[in-house]
Amino acid sequence: MGIGLANYLTLAAIVFTIGIAGIILNHKNIIIILMSVELILLAVNINLIAFSTYSGDLTGQAFALFILTVAAAEAAIGLAILVAYYRNRGSIAVEDINSLKG
Amino acid sequence: MYQLIVFLPLLGFLIAGVFGPWIGARGAEYVTCGLLGICCVLSWIVFVMVAGGSDAHVAIGNWFTSGKLAVAWALRIDTLTAVMLVVVTTVSFVVHVYSIGYMSDDPSRPRFFAYLSLFTFAMLMLVTADNLVQMFFGWEGVGLMSYLLVGFWYEKPAPNAAAIKAFVVNRVGDFGFSLGIFLTFYLTGSVAFDQVFAAAPGLVGKTVHFIGFDWDALTLVCLLLFMGAMGKSAQFLLHTWLPDAMEGPTPVSALIHAATMVTAGVFMVARLSPLFELSPNALSVVTIVGGTTAFFAATIAGVQMDIKKVVAYSTCSQLGYMFIGLGVGGYSLGIFHLFTHAFFKGLLFLCCGSVINAMHHEQDMRAMGGLRKELPVTFWTMMAGALALSAVGIPFTSIGFAGFVSKDPIIEAAFVSHRFGAMYAFWCADIAAGLTAFYTWRLMFMTFFGKRGDWSASLPSAHDGHDHADHGHGDHPVHESPLVMLVPLVVLALGATFAGMAFRSLFIGAGHDGFWRHSLFLGQENDILERMETAPWLVSVSPTLAMLIGLGIAYYMYMVDRTAPQRLASDFPGLYRFLVHKWYFDELYDFLFVRPAFAIGRLFWKGGDGVIIDGLGPDGISARVLDVARSSVRLQTGYVYHYAFAMLLGAAALTTWYLFGGVTQ
Repeated sequence: MGIGLANYLTLAAIVFTIGIAGIILNHKNIIIILMSVELILLAVNINLIAFSTYSGDLTGQAFALFILTVAAAEAAIGLAILVAYYRNRGSIAVEDINSLKG
Repeated sequence: MYQLIVFLPLLGFLIAGVFGPWIGARGAEYVTCGLLGICCVLSWIVFVMVAGGSDAHVAIGNWFTSGKLAVAWALRIDTLTAVMLVVVTTVSFVVHVYSIGYMSDDPSRPRFFAYLSLFTFAMLMLVTADNLVQMFFGWEGVGLMSYLLVGFWYEKPAPNAAAIKAFVVNRVGDFGFSLGIFLTFYLTGSVAFDQVFAAAPGLVGKTVHFIGFDWDALTLVCLLLFMGAMGKSAQFLLHTWLPDAMEGPTPVSALIHAATMVTAGVFMVARLSPLFELSPNALSVVTIVGGTTAFFAATIAGVQMDIKKVVAYSTCSQLGYMFIGLGVGGYSLGIFHLFTHAFFKGLLFLCCGSVINAMHHEQDMRAMGGLRKELPVTFWTMMAGALALSAVGIPFTSIGFAGFVSKDPIIEAAFVSHRFGAMYAFWCADIAAGLTAFYTWRLMFMTFFGKRGDWSASLPSAHDGHDHADHGHGDHPVHESPLVMLVPLVVLALGATFAGMAFRSLFIGAGHDGFWRHSLFLGQENDILERMETAPWLVSVSPTLAMLIGLGIAYYMYMVDRTAPQRLASDFPGLYRFLVHKWYFDELYDFLFVRPAFAIGRLFWKGGDGVIIDGLGPDGISARVLDVARSSVRLQTGYVYHYAFAMLLGAAALTTWYLFGGVTQ
């Protein structure tokens, strides 16, 4: 049984769902949210590459490279914000980050 | 010239009022006094001319025309107006000059003099009016100025309350006056005096349907108009504002509340004599109200301790006399008493002012006494005023002080009149004559005789801060007033002494027909002035007897046996309290009108406006908005994962909708 497109897409969907669940169910650590965001981006990349291979068009793979770059930059900025936030508020627990509360 | 008389005070007001800050207090005084002086001289010239037979009618312009209603500005100069012009401008001029001295340490003198001049203008508008609406203009003008002048010291609460009271009580009367004007227009189709008077005989016997009854048209008109006169002239039931108005500066009391404004009601009835003469019922009401006022105000004046309140109630009482004179048909009697009263009552008020000034703003007579030697000029001028007020004179002649010459004919006329209520008024007036003498001499004895502190034992404890009896006002020496205040006193004292004798024959004597001509209307069978002479000798002498009795009692109680007042008060505590509380009118009105008005006001304020209008309107809406906002604010938890979850749900829903329905075409 060869590995077809559906398998890739299923994997991507599973990873994506794990990422979403990580964001929504996680009540403790904000770094896990960042990691979940990375997971979502990875799921997207898997989709792009799978479709790219399946349709024989390299554009999708080029996009995947770009997204990796952006994800790296985003992770760096996100961590920097976290550090700055920690210095200001003394905590990066998700429960404590609620200044939008009405 | 006629225009000058009326409009010079207005000019004085504009200069003093608008340019007061630039010309200063001194400038304002000179300008207003100077202009009033010119006015006064011109008025006397007009008086002489009119007495010589030259009436005038000066058209100034059209005020407004609306349908049939045409109201013009015009000056009607006839004998009645000329007499009022002389009274108003003379007293006003004297008061202006006096105020220079009396108000000398007041910081807002330009305002005061501007008010005085504007008041004079309004009063002149009133007396020269050619139609009812213009009269109403002057009427309201003097009411406004009375409000402003009574409340002149507006930083103190009492004058403000008094000013508001004066204004509100006058509104009651003015309500009747304006209804009277409306009804006059409804009946005659005009408000100009000439047309109204011409139409008046045709109204006899007509009826008007009003508040469920058919009224005699003329009687109703006259009663409504008289209601206005009652308010302005502080007659029984509508008198309560006058004593309170004494919170104003004393020159104001002399000008407004003795000589001019309060006599506007008397003037109005005399001016409308062609209407009143045709309605005997209305004149009966005038007589009875006048008699009641003359008596009841005199009883109150006898127990007041505030020197100005005594004179204020006396004014009330004397106005009652004037209305008796008018009511029995002797319009010239009422106006003559108005004329002499303006001099001697203005004088008494100004003398009170001089005493108050000397006593450093002490108004309680119990703190005074023995001022005769310290204030000789004030004493002797006030003596002239007191002699005039208590009607000292020789019966059966016209030799006597002003009040005697003008008051006794009123009492005689009341006796011989066949008018319903005239006999009641006669007894009221006769008894009041005795009471007048009593309170007048009580005032004189307490203030000027004896020695300081004779009465301080009965002063309320608030005054006992330092014992008057021991060292009196040693640290505040009593001083006679400056010359600028004394000269007006002397001028008015001459008037109080001689005005009656000098003008008697002209006003009410044999020559009265040629003097008044058509300015006062007398019916065919109205011969009250002739029949007055036929009064029995006992009636003629009775006011003088009453005066002597009153004087004797006052002398005994306040000079001989000084414990008598105290004893009398404790022997009749009920009567004494009744009088000291001014027949409980303030309390009664407070109970009948003021408190219900407050209750209704509070009901509408709290219930109508607060609960219903605000509750269903702005307050209700904003409260509901707040409720919704408060429940929706709970959605904003501030947790990132909640927002993310909501976003996910949204995205999922959107996608689902897109997949299953959105793209079908």
